[in-house]
Amino acid sequence: MAIFKPNRRSLLKGAGAGIAALGTPYIFTKGAWAQDFCNDPTNGKIVLGFNVPQTGSYAEEGLEQLKGYELAVKHINGEGDGGLLKTLKPVALKGNGVLGRKVEYVTGDTQTNTDAARDGARRMIERDKAIMVTGSVTSGEAIAQQSLCQEMGVIYMSGLTHSNDTTGKDKRRYGFRHFFNAYQSGVAIAPFLAKEYGTDRRAYHLTADYTWGWTQEESIKNATEALGWETVATVRTPLGLGDYSQYLTPVLNSGADVLILNHYGHDMVNSLPQAVQFGLRERQANGKNFEIVVPMFSELMAVGAGEAVKGIIGTSNWQWSLDDEGTKAFTKSYGEAYGEPPSQSAHTGYVQTILYADAVERAGTFYPPEVIKALEGFEFDGMGNGHTVYRDSDHQCFKEVLVVRGNENPSSRFDVLNVIGKTTREDVTYEASIFGGELGPYEPNKC
Amino acid sequence: MNVFLAQLLNGLDKGGAYALIALGLTLVFGTLGVVNFAHGALFMLGCFCAVTFRYLITLETVTVDPEKLSPWGAPVEVRTPLVQNWFGDFGAVLVDYSVPISILLAIPVMLIIGIAMERGIIKHFYKRTHAEQILVTFGLAIVLQEIVKSFFGANPVPQPIPTDLRGAADIGVWFGMAPHVLTYPWWRLLYLLFSALVIGGVFAFLQFTTFGMVVRAGMADRETVGLMGIDIDRRFTIVFGLAAVVAGVAGVMYTPLLAPNYHLGMDFLVLSFVVVVVGGMGSLPGAVAAGFLLGILQSFASMTEVKSLIPGIDQVIIYLVAVVILLVRPRGLMGRRGIMES
Repeated sequence: MAIFKPNRRSLLKGAGAGIAALGTPYIFTKGAWAQDFCNDPTNGKIVLGFNVPQTGSYAEEGLEQLKGYELAVKHINGEGDGGLLKTLKPVALKGNGVLGRKVEYVTGDTQTNTDAARDGARRMIERDKAIMVTGSVTSGEAIAQQSLCQEMGVIYMSGLTHSNDTTGKDKRRYGFRHFFNAYQSGVAIAPFLAKEYGTDRRAYHLTADYTWGWTQEESIKNATEALGWETVATVRTPLGLGDYSQYLTPVLNSGADVLILNHYGHDMVNSLPQAVQFGLRERQANGKNFEIVVPMFSELMAVGAGEAVKGIIGTSNWQWSLDDEGTKAFTKSYGEAYGEPPSQSAHTGYVQTILYADAVERAGTFYPPEVIKALEGFEFDGMGNGHTVYRDSDHQCFKEVLVVRGNENPSSRFDVLNVIGKTTREDVTYEASIFGGELGPYEPNKC
Repeated sequence: MNVFLAQLLNGLDKGGAYALIALGLTLVFGTLGVVNFAHGALFMLGCFCAVTFRYLITLETVTVDPEKLSPWGAPVEVRTPLVQNWFGDFGAVLVDYSVPISILLAIPVMLIIGIAMERGIIKHFYKRTHAEQILVTFGLAIVLQEIVKSFFGANPVPQPIPTDLRGAADIGVWFGMAPHVLTYPWWRLLYLLFSALVIGGVFAFLQFTTFGMVVRAGMADRETVGLMGIDIDRRFTIVFGLAAVVAGVAGVMYTPLLAPNYHLGMDFLVLSFVVVVVGGMGSLPGAVAAGFLLGILQSFASMTEVKSLIPGIDQVIIYLVAVVILLVRPRGLMGRRGIMES
């Protein structure tokens, strides 16, 4: 009877055969992925699509976001000082591209228009072979692109979008939002409103008449009524209206003592100074000083509103003057590159690109379902917002929300907002089910 | 009652702006027969005359302070306004009143722009169809707004109200009401007064000067005036320049109310055409009356009580009135017989 006597040669042969046998399914699976998803970059370029408004009402915010994206690509490819790759924890990216290969990008102009945003995203996917699309300054743009990307099996990392619907009733498996939302603004700002203005107030809402405005109004109304405030009226104003005077005159004799402006972008830039011109802030109502609140702030809009913004309370996703390591690193990188501090629009664009690239690196593949799984439930720190989690059930990032106030004594033209407080991640966390929606399947469509 | 008065005042204030823009538009149509879709762009250029003036008057010397560093490690820039360095307190007043003072810049600039536009482009389209005139002037409007965007960016550029004119006037007290019952911003009251003065000035110019008499004669019968040996074309060119000046100064004074951006002209274009159509194409009193009428209607339609009765009425009232006028009286409220009628 022959007795098996292993020697070094047979041991090596056996081990090699074993490894090959174990590895075979993986190779086949990986090969199968390569054939089954849209714009597989395995044998081609790695192209990211940055689709932002470069013209139209929100062009300035879009161009800021684009700067953030371009800086992110530089850092991913190992150029510059590395930015937030030095502070992100945990981090898989090594500063040598994604999966060892350099990343390229194409840009598009959404024209601050939902249809143009959707068309631009489609062009990036079909013509430019983008593996990921990102960018938005309105929720309309974000929701339209997110929906398209789900249909085409391409991951969409939204830019600036604040409507509850983006990760609520319109959420998609292929869409991810780093930016905070209207519900979180309401929860974050409420305690500060109670502290500053008391719990016996009568609020009058002027609301931009579209998806973001509606969810913002609902969220702030719920949050302030929970404080004990009474809502006197909720008035919808047309999006993009220039002169708000006919909506401001009824406020004067409405019995309200707080005006809440659910406006963003140009709407806020116009409505806030006009409200101040009407003397609302010098006014007394119900024995109290009349106050104005802008629940959602952006630095660029604060600059646009000029002096009217001084002393006004609102919320923000991020602010360059924070003193954590991530913020300092990003402000330094961005300041050196562009000669000015970054806006929250640039920050969220930058972070989204880094998070996508890092997820691909961790997944070891561009296959969207694996990248999605790498992002879902991902917990990280060092990106300027403290400890953050990408919730798996709705793809909303949960992190601290900043409460800011227009700076009364700015030290420079960039110093427009002061951070007056932070609401913790736990406080702004909610049940995903309250906003409804279905994420949809993991399996990608072929484009 | 005070709510009614506040909305009325608001309507008059809005109507003043509409009337000023429509006045120039209908002046050009009445004299040259040109449908000028670039008229809104002239209003926008007027706004940017104020922006440019403020930019020039707030030019600063920039020095670097090596002691202080920005968050990204670069030395901080220290900026000092030149005008205040040169003229002291008077310089500060110039900066504070930059918007009204910029009218002095806007008048010659808009006159030159208007004349150049008419001589360079519009005159070649006098005998073309209205459709071709609309196409070329619309194209011109787009070119102008893109030029402005390339210089000033896409974001609005807010212009401040002079310190003494900020805040609201307690109008109610003037009429014996309790304090703070009826208030209205000083600058908006000033704009209403300004509109009335400019409209009155244009009418007086056309009514009481020889130049105006020739222009009115030309509007009535261009050919006959030409046959009398009067160079009516030259006068009409100046009228085009005058229309540009009216639109421009209307824009200058509007900048503290609405932060100007490159797209502002397009926002006002449709509205001003509706005003002209309702008032009657080519009718100057019609344009003014329609401007104030539509301003007041828009203001009242925005009241919560009205909106609760007819939701969305605030957004369609102007167009609803235009439709009714076009159906019932196609020539407009004060239009001449035959204009816009088959």
